[in-house]
Amino acid sequence: MNSILVSSFFWRAILAGSFLALACGLLGVFLVLRRDAMIAHGLSHVAFAGVAIGLLLNVLPLIVSLIVCILGSFFILKLKNQAKMPGDTAIAILSSAGMALGIFLTSFKRGFGAELMTYLFGDVLAIAPMEVWLAVGLAFLVIVLLIVNYYPLIFSTFDRESALVSGIRVQRLEEMLIFLSSITVVLGIRIVGLLLVTALTVLPAASSLQLARNFKSTLILSSIFSLFSIISGILLAYIFDLSASAAIVFISIFIFLVCLALKKINLVKSS
Amino acid sequence: MNQLTEIIKVKNLSFSYDGLLALQDINLSIYAGDFLAIIGPNGSGKTTLLKLIVGLLKPQKGEVFLFGQPLEEFRDWHKIGYIQQKATYFDPFIPISVKEVIAASLYSNQKYFIGNKKEAEEKIAQVLKLVGLDDIGHKKITSLSGGQQQRILIARALVNEPEVLLLDEPTTGVDYLTQENFYDLLGQLNKDRLLTIILITHDYGIVNKHVNRVACLNQRLVYHGEHSEFCQSDVVQQFLSGGHHLVSHRH
Repeated sequence: MNSILVSSFFWRAILAGSFLALACGLLGVFLVLRRDAMIAHGLSHVAFAGVAIGLLLNVLPLIVSLIVCILGSFFILKLKNQAKMPGDTAIAILSSAGMALGIFLTSFKRGFGAELMTYLFGDVLAIAPMEVWLAVGLAFLVIVLLIVNYYPLIFSTFDRESALVSGIRVQRLEEMLIFLSSITVVLGIRIVGLLLVTALTVLPAASSLQLARNFKSTLILSSIFSLFSIISGILLAYIFDLSASAAIVFISIFIFLVCLALKKINLVKSS
Repeated sequence: MNQLTEIIKVKNLSFSYDGLLALQDINLSIYAGDFLAIIGPNGSGKTTLLKLIVGLLKPQKGEVFLFGQPLEEFRDWHKIGYIQQKATYFDPFIPISVKEVIAASLYSNQKYFIGNKKEAEEKIAQVLKLVGLDDIGHKKITSLSGGQQQRILIARALVNEPEVLLLDEPTTGVDYLTQENFYDLLGQLNKDRLLTIILITHDYGIVNKHVNRVACLNQRLVYHGEHSEFCQSDVVQQFLSGGHHLVSHRH
């Protein structure tokens, strides 16, 4: 246990993980309630292409995938708003394109696969100092933008049409949410990997929605669940030499099941 | 604002959905203090007209003026309260309290996240009292009855002190008595606060005691004028044969 306290890579993981947890906890509630839960899944596939480009060009994959992801997210919005395509269809088209591009690029470099694996499954304990500060800065940006736009976001999530009439720039908010989703997904890749990143945005929000009585408590509970999952997951992974991403997701699923059971007990009691 | 101040003007307005005509050459003026009922058969363009007035749809021909300004230049949206059709068909999954519903509307009209919290709390308490629901601010809106939800939506609109309230069949799916109480509340707001009200309704009979003007739509504006003259006009017969109720009745 003593070695944990002096281990710099452990603390780096905790620092980056905590900021990301808060960003995921808050953002996830809006995505789940707006029926955009699968956007993180779609964007993670787009980010895969970015990681492959970054590795091929020897540029920090996190930055390249962030750029590719942001471009991809605006393409999804264009398909939705201008081509009037259903959101899930637009996400499916872009995620397939991203995945195909990523796989295509892997054939250009030998030994590419092993490096790519760390992005597929995540390795938070191997996070570099520069990546930590990038993660902290970007997660902070996500948290601040969500807090500043708290009330317009609630209004448009609850009643989009009335929000539009009241003068709220709903489309701008939707663009902001998808932009913040891109940032969160890319940061999440380093923590739990491409394949499990959706869990970070969806599970804490889905858990909190089982218990919360109002919007504010939903956001607080979701952030607490997200923080607890990521920190305890990293801790367990470090102590027992497990995969941190699997530990984080398992803990999130466990919390979700507990919340589901508590809701049922509560319903039985009140009936 | 005096009785003859024109707050909404619709000029030569036409609209179609993918080539299918919904509204043709509508000209309409609404004055401060009016309680206007918009009636007409299904598919007559009532909802389309309301959506064009509040800017949810863009006119393909003609213009809309709000408080003397062309719609595209209008920015004082706090002056407009809008309650859409099926407004109470909330997502049952959403965990939002009554206070949060009203606060979201109030704070969204302010520039900054942190406003005067005490003043906001007082405003929210006032509008809840006005609609007769002052003790349920902490409850989830989805746990309330349909009639209570409609009143909360009125409270949400009123918190920004609008000058006009537009409602699209707000009482769909609630019983007769709840509807009557709801329209009495609208009548009281119109009389006591001089709030201009524009209401799309299928049940003119329940609301007619509060209304001073009527607009009858059937893609074109068939009638627009005083309620008293409307009752004696030929248009009445057409509406009676179309299943509309012009006199108060109980189901």
